[in-house]
Amino acid sequence: MSSKTININVKIWRQNGPLATGAFEEHALKDISTDSSFLEMIDVLNEWLTIKGLEPIAFDHDCREGICGMCGAVVNGTAHGPDKETTLCQLHMRRFKNGDTIVIEPFRSQGFPIVKDLIVDRSALDRIIAAGGYVSVNTGSPQDGNTILIPQHVAEQAMDAAACIGCGACAAACPNGTPMLFLGAKVSQLALLPQGKLEAKKRAINMVLQMDKEGFGNCGNERECENVCPKGITIRNIARLNREFLKASFTIDH
Amino acid sequence: MQLDAKIPEGPIAEKWDKCRFSNKLVNPANKRKYEVIIVGTGLAGASAAATLGELGYNVKSFCIQDSPRRAHSIAAQGGINAAKNYQGDGDSIFRLFYDTVKGGDFRAREANVYRLAQVANNIIDQCVAQGVPFAREYGGTLANRSFGGAQVSRTFYARGQTGQQLLLGAYSAMMRQVATGKVKMYTRREMMDLVVVDGVAKGIIVRNLVTGEIEKYSAHAVVLATGGYGNVYFLSTNAMASNVTAAYRSYKRGAGFANPCYVQIHPTCIPVHGDYQSKLTLMSESLRNDGRVWVPKNVGDKRKAADIPESERDYYLERKYPSFGNLVPRDVASRNAKQACDEGKGIGETGLGVYLDFADAIKRDGLDVILRKYGNLFHMYQKITDSDPTKEPMMIYPAIHYTMGGLWVDYHLMTTVPGLYATGECNFSDHGANRLGASALMQGLADGYFVLPYTIGNYLATVPPVPTSTDDPAFEATANEVKEQITKLMKNTKSGKGGQTVDHYHKELGKIMWDYCGMARNKEGLEYALKRIPEIRAEFWENVVVPGSGQELNQSLERAGRVADFLEFGELLVRDALNREESCGGHFREESQTEENEAKRDDANFSYVAVWEYKGQGTVPALHKEPLTFEYVIPSQRSYK
Repeated sequence: MSSKTININVKIWRQNGPLATGAFEEHALKDISTDSSFLEMIDVLNEWLTIKGLEPIAFDHDCREGICGMCGAVVNGTAHGPDKETTLCQLHMRRFKNGDTIVIEPFRSQGFPIVKDLIVDRSALDRIIAAGGYVSVNTGSPQDGNTILIPQHVAEQAMDAAACIGCGACAAACPNGTPMLFLGAKVSQLALLPQGKLEAKKRAINMVLQMDKEGFGNCGNERECENVCPKGITIRNIARLNREFLKASFTIDH
Repeated sequence: MQLDAKIPEGPIAEKWDKCRFSNKLVNPANKRKYEVIIVGTGLAGASAAATLGELGYNVKSFCIQDSPRRAHSIAAQGGINAAKNYQGDGDSIFRLFYDTVKGGDFRAREANVYRLAQVANNIIDQCVAQGVPFAREYGGTLANRSFGGAQVSRTFYARGQTGQQLLLGAYSAMMRQVATGKVKMYTRREMMDLVVVDGVAKGIIVRNLVTGEIEKYSAHAVVLATGGYGNVYFLSTNAMASNVTAAYRSYKRGAGFANPCYVQIHPTCIPVHGDYQSKLTLMSESLRNDGRVWVPKNVGDKRKAADIPESERDYYLERKYPSFGNLVPRDVASRNAKQACDEGKGIGETGLGVYLDFADAIKRDGLDVILRKYGNLFHMYQKITDSDPTKEPMMIYPAIHYTMGGLWVDYHLMTTVPGLYATGECNFSDHGANRLGASALMQGLADGYFVLPYTIGNYLATVPPVPTSTDDPAFEATANEVKEQITKLMKNTKSGKGGQTVDHYHKELGKIMWDYCGMARNKEGLEYALKRIPEIRAEFWENVVVPGSGQELNQSLERAGRVADFLEFGELLVRDALNREESCGGHFREESQTEENEAKRDDANFSYVAVWEYKGQGTVPALHKEPLTFEYVIPSQRSYK
């Protein structure tokens, strides 16, 4: 680690509520350590605003380890910022240069109303999971774990999909504002595994219906989502979702 | 305060069966008449909400984040233990029990730990059934890895994201109940206080974090699954919002707080690097399977790792503990890292770090194999430090990670307040003075899937199945106290008084805690901390500046409330550490060590759970003792040599 500092300008989105008018606010920040994370840079700004008697910027964050999926913002036009496969909390200031202007906006999508500043309401994603993102098994006495054999490569593929952190960057990056990468990841994980096969049809249909209900668009194969996905989930999962959905539409027994 | 642990009579292997059989049952038709509040949606909370919903109870589930899936269980990396003995390497329920009691340095309840080991196997089966993508062998069977404090391979894992996968399993199961209407989910709500009516837990007061409204909720029973209190140290591996408020407020309402001084300092974290730093990042203990810990042999050797020849490196864990080597328990590994740094052998700019080196493992197994096991951890390390662990050794240092102490609970997981339960990290019950790796996930899910659902019925069966309400004056009174506290916190807003931010005081508290109640503690330092904390607290209440208002989304206010409780709780933690004049597990009193600087227990005087009872503001809390007796694992000086 090399401890250098830089001076930067930030243009950051301020909005008091879902119906309020928002605007960019500019701040000059001095002596930001290049070893600090992007969120720590916002912390520094917020400490300064507080001492000045101004309101700090509201932003979601929790684990700061890139796994909880709570943080996220559009940085210079890209969801989660310029680094590949990196959540906002894992983006570090060494990625920026002295004198840079950094534009920070909330994730924007029809399905994510703004709550305040950079905070958006992503509860639609929870409702999509509630529509079918599970295996219907009650807690009790299931069979021994090793009675379900799963080939290693299948387990690995399922894990690739299961790595989704539900941050919503896919919807924020998509021109159609769709979280289909998020849906695709969950549908794929469970469709690949024997445990999930039984309910695969119902799951694909119900989750897609819920997505429509939430006001999200459909996939147009722009691939912006996989470009910003912090967990490297590929649109192959959307292809699998489409296949599952189509298959289910033709064959489901009502 | 009466401490009745309610441990069933009889041989240890039969206690849980006995308990389940003697418990009263609630018949299926009546279950739908009961409401249960569950605060927190981590492994312990989500698993309990899902299971109670499936059983037919009406659950109100609360979380502080925007979604229940964000709970900090999600960040657990390494794995989850179970005594499946799939490897045929000599594992058994009794061995898992034995390792856990020994690892906890003989400060846990035998009966609880045995039950934990018993139900651990069911957890794996349950999670597999849910579609948790555990790592597999080529033949399709479940894979295992080794973890500290055990000589068998019993840890199940999903890459370095086991916590995430288990949590998403529990979350999905809970969301299925949300869809059926059996679980009602309240997100972005923070529990501010417990409502006690005639000595019995009847509900909670929460702050709606979006609108700022103070809301009242009632139920027949309240379950806290609110995690640990590591953030009292400011810097820890906990998530930013992790806090002690729910547990501490319950303590102030009559719940005994047990062993607050038992704090786990995890040996493999990325070292601290600057004042602006907001948190510390853990590098999974599983890395110690393949990484070798070392420091330069010579004091003050500042050469780069690559320039230090093999003969001038000290692989101190392998040297001092030949049978466990790099896989000694966490407390032992942490203390040895501190010792090396205290001797001036620490590495990096600050001298507060040791190496964790993968060069030999890469040479032995190939880069591919190592990356498959630890790729995501290496990636995260490189993001944070700008250094590639496949090319130069990782730099690590211990950091606050997990808290073994928590609300005192009996065998049924009920606190000293009837109707109030505590599960997961929030309670004190299973890890004694030190938790073994991959046991937190095991305990959280054991409590939520397999213990609480059996024991809560025993209580509910004694409560009339009539609808609950928030009409009792206790609800209004408690809500008013919450509102008064918020007004008090905001008194400096726009007063123009030059004050300090919440974080300023949190950092000050954290520094005192780490310096005087961290990896090594002594009487003098603890007494100093006991004097300093009230001073910081007084300054905080006098000068803290909280911008904005209480009637809106206000993250400064959220933090202020949490820090206000940490400023009281820190004192309790230090008081407990001062009282325990022995070393055990994560609690190291410098006055009590062996000639080889290992923790020296004092079983004659301290083989008890220290349970603190709140006696009012400004009054010293009362200490109650639950004696610990060991029938199956005879306490000995732990040796990992």
